[in-house]
Amino acid sequence: MTDDTIPMVDAQALRQRLRLKFAKGTAIKYISHLDLARAWERTFRRAGLPLVYSQGFNPRPRFQIAAGLPVGVASRAELLDVWLMQPLGLGELLARLRAVSPPGLEVLDAVEVDLKAASLQSQVCAADYEAIVRTAEPLAAIEARVEALLGAPTLPRRRLHKGEWQTYDLRPLIHSVTVTPGGVEDGGWILIMRLLASQHGAGRPDEVLDALGLLLLPHTVERIMLHFQFDN
Amino acid sequence: MSVPPDDLLDRILPTVTKPGRYTGGEWNSVVKTWDACDVRWALAFPETYEIGMSNLGLAILYDILNAQPGVLAERAYTPWVDMERAMRTARLPLFSLESRRPLAHFDAIGFSLPYQQLYTNLLTMLDLAGLPLLAAERDERHPLVIAGGSAAYNPEPLADFVDVWAVGEGEDLVLEVTCALREGKRCGWSREALLRRLAEIPGIYVPRFYEVAYHADGTVAEVRPTVPEARLPVRKRIVATLPPPVTRPLVPYIDTVHNRAAIEIQRGCGRGCRFCQAGMVYRPVRERAVGEVLAAVEAMVTSSGFEEVALLSLSSSDYTQIEALVRELAARYGSQHLSIALPSLRIESVSVALMEQLQVTGRRSNFTFAPEAASERLRSVINKPIADADLLAVAEEVYSRGWKTIKLYFMIGHPTQTLEDVAAIADLARRVRAAGMRAIGRKAQVNVGVSTLVPQPHTPFQWLPLAAEADIRAQQAVLQENLRGPGLKLNWNDPHETLLEAALCRGDRRLGAAIQRAWQLGAHFDGWSDQFKAEVWRQAFHETRLDLDFYARRSRALDEVLPWDVVDAGVSKEYLADDYQAALRRETHSDCREQCGACGILSAFRQERAAVASGAWACP
Repeated sequence: MTDDTIPMVDAQALRQRLRLKFAKGTAIKYISHLDLARAWERTFRRAGLPLVYSQGFNPRPRFQIAAGLPVGVASRAELLDVWLMQPLGLGELLARLRAVSPPGLEVLDAVEVDLKAASLQSQVCAADYEAIVRTAEPLAAIEARVEALLGAPTLPRRRLHKGEWQTYDLRPLIHSVTVTPGGVEDGGWILIMRLLASQHGAGRPDEVLDALGLLLLPHTVERIMLHFQFDN
Repeated sequence: MSVPPDDLLDRILPTVTKPGRYTGGEWNSVVKTWDACDVRWALAFPETYEIGMSNLGLAILYDILNAQPGVLAERAYTPWVDMERAMRTARLPLFSLESRRPLAHFDAIGFSLPYQQLYTNLLTMLDLAGLPLLAAERDERHPLVIAGGSAAYNPEPLADFVDVWAVGEGEDLVLEVTCALREGKRCGWSREALLRRLAEIPGIYVPRFYEVAYHADGTVAEVRPTVPEARLPVRKRIVATLPPPVTRPLVPYIDTVHNRAAIEIQRGCGRGCRFCQAGMVYRPVRERAVGEVLAAVEAMVTSSGFEEVALLSLSSSDYTQIEALVRELAARYGSQHLSIALPSLRIESVSVALMEQLQVTGRRSNFTFAPEAASERLRSVINKPIADADLLAVAEEVYSRGWKTIKLYFMIGHPTQTLEDVAAIADLARRVRAAGMRAIGRKAQVNVGVSTLVPQPHTPFQWLPLAAEADIRAQQAVLQENLRGPGLKLNWNDPHETLLEAALCRGDRRLGAAIQRAWQLGAHFDGWSDQFKAEVWRQAFHETRLDLDFYARRSRALDEVLPWDVVDAGVSKEYLADDYQAALRRETHSDCREQCGACGILSAFRQERAAVASGAWACP
């Protein structure tokens, strides 16, 4: 045995590629992207899915989650692709997964996709977030904040990356921000943000809220949609 | 405040590291209806979530208690430093993971305490729960504070803070305590009445019902029970047969130290290594039948989805059917990407064959051997005999079968050890590396871990002093000097941490003052090198007029009354004393499965032995 085996998948073993739409509920919104992947692996194993594993000393099941979600953000619109060795009917797949999904991890839908289709990660381009901010501030004031934000040519911000502070420009990562009333009984506004989300860069909703001066107000954020190039 | 509202947690959690430590909801966690239960336990582990979730003892009690109608058990761990600060700022009391209720609302808080570095965290948890630290200041309005685990083999240092100690195996005991809690609640007993009822239960030690008198030199003169219910000594509890294993293990979201399913294949060890407390206090040796292990592994894997299962025991190689078990596991799970971890293997070629078989099931794990001492002479002193030639032959086999790294564990500070014995560690490590070079060339790696012997209560070495700091440093310097070069890596312990451990594990109840003072001064997470504050502990001992060296570095007379004599671990003090003398004469003895060494366990548990089939215990 050698230690140089490159993890790879036997192409013959790939029989079916399934695309799951799922929610990451508030119960698990504080677990990281890596934790979420592990939770899926164990859910698949409990469901007894015929997973396809990579070769090598550390075999991993083949599945890909479309886009990382910031810790603390829930979502009702996540996608992942999982590859199986034996084809499974969609109804059975959903039933098996739902029986063993932990609280907060909810499978919403499943479709079969072409084995050769491009990866979700390479296709994702934008994400919509819904932030509910509790505040007594009037609509006009919130809109003024948004207008100032969108009108700025650049929005230089600092973030900690691997222990080092880096400066980056948030402005090109923002497609749009709109404000609508509602969300909370005792006053507040819903902000819908469309942010860039690709392998090369992604806007974070908490960064946008911070740039708007709203981060310290009580709020919740949920991802409500992912946009892909193949949608266009 | 009863349950922390979501928006409070939403304010706090984004500001702390690893917020997933505090949100529960794990697969297989049990959330029972609060109002439908009349006895409510909070099971607490005074360390981080990642460490606490890896503790099998707590998992067993969680499983047993939640299986009882009318009883619920929830969990709590020590919040990390940033979370503690945030909780204090927000005036958020320590809450359980399942129902997020304050710990003060439970009937009992059961602390699992495997080692002494957790003592200050126990105080943090009591304080964060809003409870008085001192048992004497709590009453029936507060939850009962119970502690168990290996630290119970010297319960004295925490006597001020813990209401009740559960000594020994808790599977039956926890249900007996639950009955008393239920009755006490129904009848409205005072704390005193409940404690006296609990003191009647075998295995229960209630520190406040004992008075300790001291000699002028500071040693214990006498321990006297003050109520008729209090036993002296308190004999540990055992279960005659291993209870069914936990087959619905909690599946954590965030990564934990041992992120896997675990099953005890055997309890106890008959090897009799003289430094090893577990080897003495977990007797007798009881095996779980192969069929039961196989069925449990299947059930655990199905219910959890874990990709790894650990077969736990103090010495896996001594499990009678280990080869059959491994063969069967490899056959069943070879194609299912399930890793089987088999820790605690002896240094023999059978171990290499076992590990090789297990590889077909999943990831390759490291090879770890614990010779504990590097010369054959010293290995006789500690009763862990193995010839250098055998060790080297096994090492070469390991490398030639494809492993690149061997971890070797040693201890310094064994009785009769010389500097030559210490230098022999480096020498042996180099010879292991040379064996590796012969097999696979320069890729061969040896990682050497060296800890300092902390003489443990209830072992033949319990009378020994901890080595002097200057000696430890000199010995570590010898190792650092001689264990350099390609393919060699050395890890060692901070002598200050070792000193505290040695003082706390053999302390008496006067230490409570020093522990409380150290905690007030900021001691916490003492098992973490980056959190441990040697200076704070020194100051705390100084202020409370206690002497670290008196507890850690004093040689005790064989006839001294030891603080932990209040506990009877089943292995008699006479046996330990004889074995200590045998150590000094470099006499070894065989595994007690082969020849009974008359340690005392059989006479202590005659009734339990009679209740099981002959052969159920490994005692001859």
